[in-house]
Amino acid sequence: MAKTNSLDAQTLISMYRTMAIIRNFEETMVNVYMEGKMPVFDIAGGTVPGEMHLAAGQEPVAVGVCAHLNDNDTVTAPHRAHHFAIAKGVDLKKMAAEIFGKDTGLGHGKGGHMHLFDQQKKFGCSGIIGAGMPVACGAALAAKKNGKDWVAVSFFGEGTANQGSFHESLNLAALWKLPVIFVCEDNSYAISVPKSKSTSIANNADRAASYGIPGFEIAENDVLAVYEAAREAVARARRGEGPSLMEVKTYRYLGHFQGDPELYRPKDEVAKLRESDPINKLGRQLIEQGAISEGDLVALDQEAAEKVKEAIEFARQSPYPQPADALKHVFV
Amino acid sequence: MSQVMDNATQTERLLTTSKAIAEGIAQEMERDPSVFVMGEDVGVYGGIFGSTTGLFERFGGDRIMDTPISETAFIGAATGAAMEGMRPIVELMFVDFFGVCMDQIYNHLAKNTYMSGGNQKIPVVLTTAFGGGYSDAAQHSQCLYGLFAHLPGLKIVVPSNAYDAKGLMISAIRDDNPVMFFMHKGIMGLGWMTPLPSAMAHVPEEPYTIPFGKAAIKQAGDNVTIVTLGIMVHRAMDAAKQLAAEGIQAEVIDLRTLVPLDTATIVESVKKTHRLLIVDEDYLSFGMSGEICARVVEEALDYLDAPVKRLAVPDVPIPYSRPMEQFVLPNAEKIIEAARNLARM
Repeated sequence: MAKTNSLDAQTLISMYRTMAIIRNFEETMVNVYMEGKMPVFDIAGGTVPGEMHLAAGQEPVAVGVCAHLNDNDTVTAPHRAHHFAIAKGVDLKKMAAEIFGKDTGLGHGKGGHMHLFDQQKKFGCSGIIGAGMPVACGAALAAKKNGKDWVAVSFFGEGTANQGSFHESLNLAALWKLPVIFVCEDNSYAISVPKSKSTSIANNADRAASYGIPGFEIAENDVLAVYEAAREAVARARRGEGPSLMEVKTYRYLGHFQGDPELYRPKDEVAKLRESDPINKLGRQLIEQGAISEGDLVALDQEAAEKVKEAIEFARQSPYPQPADALKHVFV
Repeated sequence: MSQVMDNATQTERLLTTSKAIAEGIAQEMERDPSVFVMGEDVGVYGGIFGSTTGLFERFGGDRIMDTPISETAFIGAATGAAMEGMRPIVELMFVDFFGVCMDQIYNHLAKNTYMSGGNQKIPVVLTTAFGGGYSDAAQHSQCLYGLFAHLPGLKIVVPSNAYDAKGLMISAIRDDNPVMFFMHKGIMGLGWMTPLPSAMAHVPEEPYTIPFGKAAIKQAGDNVTIVTLGIMVHRAMDAAKQLAAEGIQAEVIDLRTLVPLDTATIVESVKKTHRLLIVDEDYLSFGMSGEICARVVEEALDYLDAPVKRLAVPDVPIPYSRPMEQFVLPNAEKIIEAARNLARM
């Protein structure tokens, strides 16, 4: 178990706040995404068209790791990226606007929800599995060459650990002692394929041994447990001692994408997972510790809801890009 | 071998393209025990685009194999198994994802037959989904068949409807060469995509083949030739209706396969209409539209009464936002305008 008393109340409250914003954003997107897609679902229709991969339930990984990062540190994320972007401090309004395909978005509507780029916050994501891992190595290489104590974090799913870029990146980072933290979110499924049907070993953290680097297995979807493990991994990287691999057992409450029939998992699986919700858990801990009152907790949730509402409203009110803007930005 | 059938068939059974493909695969699996399927989510899920619907329940996990996200390994394994006499069908969900395993495809799958002096058969069918128009952005909306057609050693199949898809799939499985089978997401008949009823077809229950390199003339006409494939066949047919109302008779050619390419049918048509419009959802430059233009110039330049016109994505990645994506993709309106301008020349 994580030692909550080793953390100051402000850090805990801050992590709660960020997780609450993420959860509210993702649950809001569930409804926003369905606007204009009823009664007949059409992926091309509605306010927000295209695929939508949401991360409700997976907040602890993003928040527990990013709590150790600052604006000089780089994060690369996969297709399911909202929680990482929010945890890294990406502007919520610009992110929402990008998801709505608006000109005020991070990429002027060019990228969309799987392709969010924020140069100030040093955040990027990709729709291609494993693609962020070599890029994180590159960011770390640059930090090392420039003599900075900056680190790079690459987030990815457990299915990615079977991709060539995973193994190549781990070896490269270990060989060159790059300040990278590889963080695997094990949400049990690569779309429909369970980990046991795709991966030859139970814990991907064990694979760290093949590359002579530390591997941290975090067996619970708990932000404090993630925070503690990441503290060590990030500190190690900042000290110039090289990369680490973390794997966190987390939960995906929603489908792989919105509209996923989810025939590959039992109907009651998610309901059971929700009983041990990581945000509720931290909220209870904060109250039990006397860090905050019941009223404070409600206020934190309301504050999160307000922030998300503002961001969604900003996205709604923003103009679309001009059609011919499509021809811009192939090159700078 | 089964007979080649024409589009007018004796069955009334309407199938979606994904069901027609799955049926074709199932029938070949029944006929030939060396046929098996590998890929991501091809098992219980039935393929993200439905091309293996019901096959896992029928044939089990030994022949319908879900894979790890390890494309270099499982596509390379398809090549290896094929060289041992198996006939693997291997799926890589989106054509945009092929970058992760290109070496196995373009240096091995595509070349081993040639490098062995023709001694090595590699009967692999590589299936993938392609195409945009539904805001899936730059890494999930590309076509890229032109890129693969550029590489010697791969046959490139791009059906436009359920009937062709089943016949072409059975031909692909029986072919002793690597075949890439491109499935436009919009023609598959998926419940979550914009419906396209014209992609459904009367599909005979019995197995049948459609030969590669034989384009289909979807509509005959004298004024302008429109050459295309995949979902753009439907856009071209919509355009042709409007053009006919304006007195312009368009001849619409569905290529069905890019490699081999039915140059003869295109050239024959151009000799009749004297005007050529090529419609391609792939990127404009260095691709299918340029290749077809070159072949027509080589073989029928004197018959052209107007410069060849190309409609394709103007060399930008596919943008996410709807107004920009619709701006770069060909559609019926753009086809009408281009054909109308050609007919006036």
